[in-house]
Amino acid sequence: MNKTVKLEIYRFNPETDEKPYMQSFEVPIEKPGMKLLDALNYIKWNLDGSLTYRRSCGEGVCGSDGMNINGVNGLGCITPIEGLKQPIKVRPLPNMPVTRDLVVDMKHFFDQYKQIKPWLQSNTPRPEHERLQSPAERAELDGSYECVLCGCCTTSCPSWWWNGDRFLGPAALLQANRWLKDSRDDAAGERLDMLEDSFKLYRCHQIMNCMEACPKDLNPTKAINDIKRALVKRKV
Amino acid sequence: MAYLSTDKVEHHHHDVVIIGAGGAGMRCALQLAEAGYRVAVVSKVLPTRSHTVAAQGGMNAALGNLDSDHWHWHMYDTVKGSDYLGDQDAIEYMCRAAPQLVKELEHQGVPFSRNDDGKIYQRAFGGQSREFGEGGQAKRTCAAADRTGHAILHTMYQQNIKAGTHFYEEFFALNLIMEDGGCHGVMAWDIGKGEYHLFQAKAVILATGGAGRIFKTTTNAHICTGDGGALCLDAGLPIEDMEFFQFHPTGIAHVGPLISEAVRGEGGYLLNSEGERFMERYAPTAKDLASRDVVSRAIALEIRAGKGCGTNKDYALLKLDHLGEETILKKLPNIHELALRFAGVDCTKEPIPVQPTAHYTMGGIPTNRHTEVVINHEGSDGEEKVPGLFAIGEAACTSVHGANRLGGNSLLEIVVFGRACGLKVMKWLSEHRYHKTIDPDAWHAGVNRVERWLAKDNKGGEKVGDVRANMQDIMQSHFSVYRTEDVMQEGVTAIESLKEAIHQASIDDKHRIFNTELVEALELENLMSLARATAACAANRKESRGAHARDDYPERDDKQWMKHSLATVQGDTVEVSYKPVRSTPMTVESFPPKKRVY
Repeated sequence: MNKTVKLEIYRFNPETDEKPYMQSFEVPIEKPGMKLLDALNYIKWNLDGSLTYRRSCGEGVCGSDGMNINGVNGLGCITPIEGLKQPIKVRPLPNMPVTRDLVVDMKHFFDQYKQIKPWLQSNTPRPEHERLQSPAERAELDGSYECVLCGCCTTSCPSWWWNGDRFLGPAALLQANRWLKDSRDDAAGERLDMLEDSFKLYRCHQIMNCMEACPKDLNPTKAINDIKRALVKRKV
Repeated sequence: MAYLSTDKVEHHHHDVVIIGAGGAGMRCALQLAEAGYRVAVVSKVLPTRSHTVAAQGGMNAALGNLDSDHWHWHMYDTVKGSDYLGDQDAIEYMCRAAPQLVKELEHQGVPFSRNDDGKIYQRAFGGQSREFGEGGQAKRTCAAADRTGHAILHTMYQQNIKAGTHFYEEFFALNLIMEDGGCHGVMAWDIGKGEYHLFQAKAVILATGGAGRIFKTTTNAHICTGDGGALCLDAGLPIEDMEFFQFHPTGIAHVGPLISEAVRGEGGYLLNSEGERFMERYAPTAKDLASRDVVSRAIALEIRAGKGCGTNKDYALLKLDHLGEETILKKLPNIHELALRFAGVDCTKEPIPVQPTAHYTMGGIPTNRHTEVVINHEGSDGEEKVPGLFAIGEAACTSVHGANRLGGNSLLEIVVFGRACGLKVMKWLSEHRYHKTIDPDAWHAGVNRVERWLAKDNKGGEKVGDVRANMQDIMQSHFSVYRTEDVMQEGVTAIESLKEAIHQASIDDKHRIFNTELVEALELENLMSLARATAACAANRKESRGAHARDDYPERDDKQWMKHSLATVQGDTVEVSYKPVRSTPMTVESFPPKKRVY
């Protein structure tokens, strides 16, 4: 198989470049089912050792390699080369400070995650055994606990581009809803108080890019609507 | 202010520095941060990227939520699974602590799957029995669907945010600050900024994970490069039992991603090219739920007998479609996703192609059951502690896994010994209240390690990626599921000559900010140390035990070989010595070695 694939990759080295540029590469397709991360690895290990990106698990559970692929955010390690329009344009996650090439500064993203107090808050003493939770109650967490914090959803959101300093963004809000939904958590009131804010929550305008972008097929828009509904419900 | 003899290195003082932000490191950090200590977690990746995240099937604890269970049965299974190389004091400690620690994780928020009565869901896993092997299959493995590691790692991260742990993210550990035989800190490289940091601490904890990347095909993340073990070898300390490398029976063929044992726990089974359920022949009772070394060898033998599947007849099939779509999507959703993405197979309809794939480093940094790093002097039975140095998780060899780890015991190990380490370190801190005054030049070795790569010119040398690929090829082809003398000796020679290539190798990228080629070079140095130790220990051990299976010595030899290997790098060579197995448990009778039948 001598087929190759063409890529155009965003390059920026703060030590040498005044501004970013796109660089072209051609990579052989070495095996069927080849993923974008395989192509980046090929470039790094054979063509240009300075190409910079994050990667860890290589199977879509660690969330390291969120990037913008032909205009859509996704994880490089689970995005098949096949079916992507060429040249494949690979850019860092949008609206993020670029550290170098495809590596972005995730600090603000994780700060927003921390703002929602993403841990179990319970008023009752820890029981001797596990806290009981029915399978149905546990099923409420499906669709949110699986989040890998890759940032694909948040950085695809135009509302977050405009108001990212104050709007928490889809990833943090998906997790906020995860704790609101957890039958073991007693802090729903405080959590909702914190979220009831015209910026933190209500900058979501249902654009639904987040849902499109999520590589784990989660639906932050729905989670945000759930939060809004819970806020309405506690008023009536 | 700083008394280091340079201002290019930022000097930090913490009570404790933990290298690694996986489940073990973060569980330990939590214990210490909640007690009010200044804890630094130094991690080369953002904490949620650590490889604990990829653990799937679950975590063993004798909760008895479905059938009655006892920690002592769990202990028996673990000792037997270890092929009697596990240290029984540590195993007793772990199995006793397991139920309490699973419940604690639940209290911290881990979204465990549930039974109808609301208790934690437990599934069947390999090598797990009731009543000391006489009472049939146990259901002991506590699961959050097939994403248990993800659930635990994220919960640990959340709890540490709450506790105020100091994270130094994307910092690469360069070397241990060893003085007067003790450890007083670590030098690190800030990958993002390209700057040096010296972390001084009263206790240093290595929680750096496994070294699966010494092999070509592995379920391990790119980051699993055995950094802690290599730091120890560089410091003249030994590492233990590196010849025992677990090959998981069911990695996706030719690609690597793990297909959890949970698939077989839920009722899936293996088939050869003739459609035969061959595990019935190898393990009449446990069948597909025999322990991992047994199943991996069986697959290898089927392939050798020409009963492998596919054009190259080099894999087996894992059938689970009979479980039904609903069960698969509810209990094994991640497996469904992985099989679709990496094997192009819808496992609700078709079997998944699988083959034994490098998965878990049973060996590592030798510790006692309190997680204190220990050394043994030749000829002495006593273990001597290395003051101020601790190791936990896959990086450590405690040794609860001996020659073969049971599925579900690694997530357990990281929380049990993460906590045990926290407790031990607190005691240590109460006795060691002040930072030592270290040599003001202590930063040199760490800085030199990086500057060597940045200064070298490119001419003539091999690329780091090529040397790494060579090393992985050598390890894969010479130290795989089945091993023989000639092949291993050839492997030792090849890996020893390859280590020279590292001195010649160079990197293109000479910049400082986020230089991942530099990080890969440093990781290669670490991998090479561990590959050499693995090769030397494997070639030396003339028996078959657990994951170390030899054609030429097919039997276990308890008389001569019921002992742990210790490898050190002395001068330019790897020296191998041995120390006895700690066969005496804490309180119960020892389980003496007997023939291992599943």
